[in-house]
Amino acid sequence: MAAGELTVSSHIQHHLTNAKMCTVDGSVAFNKACSEAGFWVLHIDSLAWSIGLGILFLWLFRKAAVKASSDQLAVPGKFQCFVEILIEFVESNVKSTFHGKSKLIAPLALTIFVWVFLMNLMDLVPVDVLPALAGWIGATFFGMDSKDVYMKIVPTTDINTTVALALGVFVLMIGYSIKIKGVVGFIKELTLHPFHTKNVFVQALLVPFNLLLEVLALITKPFSLALRLYGNLYAGEMIFILIGIIGLLQLPLHFIWAVFHILVIVLQAFVFMMLTIVYLSMASADNH
Amino acid sequence: MNLTLTIIGQMIAFAVFVLFCMKYIWPPLMNAIEARQKKIADGLSASDRAEKDLALAQDKAKDQLKDAKVQAAEIIDQARKREAKLIDEAVAKANAEREVILAHAKAEVEAERNRLREDLRKQVAALAVAGAEKILQRSIDEAAHADILEKLVQEL
Repeated sequence: MAAGELTVSSHIQHHLTNAKMCTVDGSVAFNKACSEAGFWVLHIDSLAWSIGLGILFLWLFRKAAVKASSDQLAVPGKFQCFVEILIEFVESNVKSTFHGKSKLIAPLALTIFVWVFLMNLMDLVPVDVLPALAGWIGATFFGMDSKDVYMKIVPTTDINTTVALALGVFVLMIGYSIKIKGVVGFIKELTLHPFHTKNVFVQALLVPFNLLLEVLALITKPFSLALRLYGNLYAGEMIFILIGIIGLLQLPLHFIWAVFHILVIVLQAFVFMMLTIVYLSMASADNH
Repeated sequence: MNLTLTIIGQMIAFAVFVLFCMKYIWPPLMNAIEARQKKIADGLSASDRAEKDLALAQDKAKDQLKDAKVQAAEIIDQARKREAKLIDEAVAKANAEREVILAHAKAEVEAERNRLREDLRKQVAALAVAGAEKILQRSIDEAAHADILEKLVQEL
């Protein structure tokens, strides 16, 4: 990185850009060709890494599940024990927070926890390794300029991933609200709280105000979910990149930040899971 | 920080992962965990029960041992009593028999003695008569022989 300020900033820019795919004039196009496509772009690196990690999670846990159900009373192996400890951990968190019966909440929480953790974990892979490898592959096998090959390996530093997760939770929140309280109940909850009087006319005046407050409260939940995860991981990634460009001195710094980051990635996965459970239990609580 | 179609893709992936986890991962693992928990709980309660049973059995065995000792003492006591009684009875019976035998023997001896005495008396009388006849064949001197006869008669 001896080559001046411009290269440094373009290096950072390169690290922070997703590999894109879109259709231009009916044919598939990539990266810079997609700059005009607006919303209709797929971040193929985020998608590939997140789906790959999700499949890894499902595959590993499915293996443990198959083993566990083949002989329920057999002495479990080490990996199965680990999986069961995770499951117990999630189960106890769900049980202590969500006071209803739901077949969905616990598996949802487990999926979120493990998947988000795995995606965050990609942050600990040294920042230059996989992008450089991808650039080399692109240059060698596809005749591309390695500067045009983008590879952002941490899906949770892509806001699309975190927004998708938060939107999924948001849909479930609304679904649970309607399922438990009914459409009328849900509308009542949005309009008759927090200000409620017995006088009909005063209440009519208060409804828009209530609606504004409640809808805001509702919408901030997925927003905070998405932005918290994205912000933490994006900042962490950014610092890794900055540490990465300072030369040999990066080794101790990188180590310290990586150790600190181990805490962050687990914590963020846990926070996302816990908040999901809390939001869903709030959505399915009958009395406000 | 641009929102793109990626969101939809990620949401689909998310939904599929959650559904898969809900269908194929959570239930079997939870079932296995619960089955194992139940087995452990059963084992613990069984061991508790076994401990209680053991204590009960030990108590019972102690009681039975005590009872057995008491019974044995009783039996020995009874046996001793019976022994003493049997001996007493035997002694009494033997004494009675001895009395009977003694009485018999005495009676027999008496009878024999009487018979012998009778025989003897008869023989002596016969002898006396024979002696007297012999004396009478030679001479009867009443005066001379009267004292002899008198003596004879007295001796008989």
